[in-house]
Amino acid sequence: MINLAILILFLPLLSFAFQIFSGRRFEEKRGEWISVGIEFLTLLFALILFILMLTEYDTAFQKEARYNWLDLGSFKIEMGILLDNVSIIMLLVVAIISSLVHLYSVGYMQGDVRYSRYFGYLGIFTFSMNGIVLANNLFMIYIFWELVGLSSYLLIGHWWEKRTAADAAKKAFITNRIGDIGMFIGLLIIATVLGTFNYELIFERIADGTWAANAPDLFGGIDPHKLLTWGGVLVFLGAVGKSAQFPLHVWLPDAMEGPTPVSALIHAATMVAAGVYLTVRIFPLLTPDAMATIAFIGGFTAIYAATIAITQNDIKKVLAYSTVSQLGYMVMALGTGAYVAGFFHLTTHAMFKGALFLCSGSVIHAMHHGLHVENDHRTDAQDMRNMGGLRSKMPITYWSFLITTLAISGVPFFSGFLSKDAILAGSWAYAANVHEGWLANLHLAWILPVFGFGAAIITAFYMFRLIYMTFFGEPRLPRVFEHIKESPRVMTVPLIVLSVLSMWFIFTLPSVNPFSEHGWFTGLIQNPGTVVSTGPAFELEHFKHALHEAHSPAMITSLIVATLGIMLSTLIYLMKKISAEDLAARMGALYRGSYHKWYMDEFYIHGIIRPFLRGCDALGRFDMDYYDHYIINGAGRNAKRAALGVGVSDDLVVDGAVNFTGVIFRWLGWTLKFVQTGRIQNYLVYVLIGAALIFVVNIF
Amino acid sequence: MDHLTSYLILSAILLCLGLYTVVTRRNAVAILMGVELILNAANINFVAFSKFLTHSLDGHLISVFIIMLAAAEAAVALAIVLNLYNDRGHINVDEANTLKQ
Repeated sequence: MINLAILILFLPLLSFAFQIFSGRRFEEKRGEWISVGIEFLTLLFALILFILMLTEYDTAFQKEARYNWLDLGSFKIEMGILLDNVSIIMLLVVAIISSLVHLYSVGYMQGDVRYSRYFGYLGIFTFSMNGIVLANNLFMIYIFWELVGLSSYLLIGHWWEKRTAADAAKKAFITNRIGDIGMFIGLLIIATVLGTFNYELIFERIADGTWAANAPDLFGGIDPHKLLTWGGVLVFLGAVGKSAQFPLHVWLPDAMEGPTPVSALIHAATMVAAGVYLTVRIFPLLTPDAMATIAFIGGFTAIYAATIAITQNDIKKVLAYSTVSQLGYMVMALGTGAYVAGFFHLTTHAMFKGALFLCSGSVIHAMHHGLHVENDHRTDAQDMRNMGGLRSKMPITYWSFLITTLAISGVPFFSGFLSKDAILAGSWAYAANVHEGWLANLHLAWILPVFGFGAAIITAFYMFRLIYMTFFGEPRLPRVFEHIKESPRVMTVPLIVLSVLSMWFIFTLPSVNPFSEHGWFTGLIQNPGTVVSTGPAFELEHFKHALHEAHSPAMITSLIVATLGIMLSTLIYLMKKISAEDLAARMGALYRGSYHKWYMDEFYIHGIIRPFLRGCDALGRFDMDYYDHYIINGAGRNAKRAALGVGVSDDLVVDGAVNFTGVIFRWLGWTLKFVQTGRIQNYLVYVLIGAALIFVVNIF
Repeated sequence: MDHLTSYLILSAILLCLGLYTVVTRRNAVAILMGVELILNAANINFVAFSKFLTHSLDGHLISVFIIMLAAAEAAVALAIVLNLYNDRGHINVDEANTLKQ
């Protein structure tokens, strides 16, 4: 099985190497199918792994392979592969989405300027994501984490001739770096306190309870439990960046500048999922405080992003904010301890969000085509206000879109209902379970379910707004509408597959009850609890009990909420009983706030980036005018003067002495050369005279 | 005549004659003869010192060595002189001065 996993890991890298080094030559000869084939091969392998896992059907199933990478005596860094239920399911999700995106891209990207390179980048993206999924230690995950950052940068900036795309790529990369710094510090803290990066060892060492006593004395003897909280929160900060949680979510909507299949890949199965996956991985070492922090960040992100999605007109922007919101859900679930629900939602979301993005890509593709035929290059192909009535022209896209929208809105018979319901029940149970500490004051924890249900109603609302504006009503650009046609087979097949995977029975088997809380998924994934000896804020048994109690009320509430949202949307956008414009005008500030994304980008630009740049400018000027002028250049000038003095004295004294010696010896040589007559007898006379002199001197 | 001094005087005269010959003569063979005189002056000294001061045969032994050495030296020197003659047609040391500055 390990060998299979290694194959899955490296096959996409092969595709990358092929496309980068020889892709150009094969562009004419359908070289992209090699990448697609490789990707489907990994899908096949992932399926084999998945089936092997299912035949075992063991919650504790685990296989690990470790290889020494860096051995520093007492401290080792390993590379390794960890196969357990979580990683295999995630691997399959990545393989499914990635292979379908590859297939879809064949249609969508046809004729692109950097067609082969695009497939190469998809390959390295998949490779990095597989690395994150398969890693058995935090160090290795960090390496692949950065690789994901790099490949997302490459893909978002695929059309770098467009300034916005280049900027978006930089924004994504830099925003992620901010989170990654936190993650890196967190990793170092954890490694210092526990002495290893390996998941299993970390959890073992925390669980046996002696780690706190053995922890090295850091920062003046800080309480190791506090240190662990910090470690957890800081590592989670990496997830905040990658999974676009508030306040580092700003890169994700801009990342829509990349090609749409990339958006599907980034926002369904890879990049953003990486953050949640990391949180899933480190879940057992989170302390209650760290979990509360995570829960609130997630809950706030869920509702915050949802409120923005309502007013966006760009079809991809709506989906982008919906992604942020759904990721908030997952993170909130993990924070509240609803581990299974969080990971479940990650899986279901990957399917329906992947489908939603691919559908929107299909719509955009069609709109592009229509606008192109009409020779109209100014109208925005992604603006929903230019669409409408596409249902009849693009039936497959429409039906896939509808199914996946129902799934994301939390309607029974679709996967989203199951996972979202589990998350809401989790937050409910968490709130009900908190009795002590700062969370219990003012019933603060109840904010979380309120956020959750609030986001649920808004999600249902804006998703149906999207459907109504795009597929229903009168076509707003009738001439373009004439040319709209369904996308080619390579693009519709992935839609159909993903729509089917968004159905409830995929996840509830062997049961087919759409309200079932038990299926193979919940059977395989068990809440590991947290291994930190916790206070009353989180105890697995209490929590499970509360979860059970919260299940029915949460389900009923979420049903009501979803219905409300859909009805409201129908009233406004389908039946036009309420005018959207009136509503927007009446909401005034709220509408404008939402439309401008609550001015988050402006806040960053005016609140952080500009002052920072100004500070840099000031420092730069100080540097130039004072430091450089007086100290550096001053030192230079003085040194030059001193050197001049030294030079003169060098010429006079040192060189003078040297030359003088030379002159003396030349004179001596000139004088003495007359002694050398060349007559041996003369020399002999000198010798005799010398001997006589010595003789005389010795005698007297 | 059984005095050390008289032997030393004889050897000093011999040395001076030898030196004079070496310094003044231009003929290479004559110079060699001067060198022989100097060596024999040394021989007389050796024998005299060993007879009157140490009462041993060490000096005689060394003078025999010197005679032998003189023969060897004369052989080598005469060979050089012969070559010089072959080369120049004369054996005048004053004119064998190509190494002079």
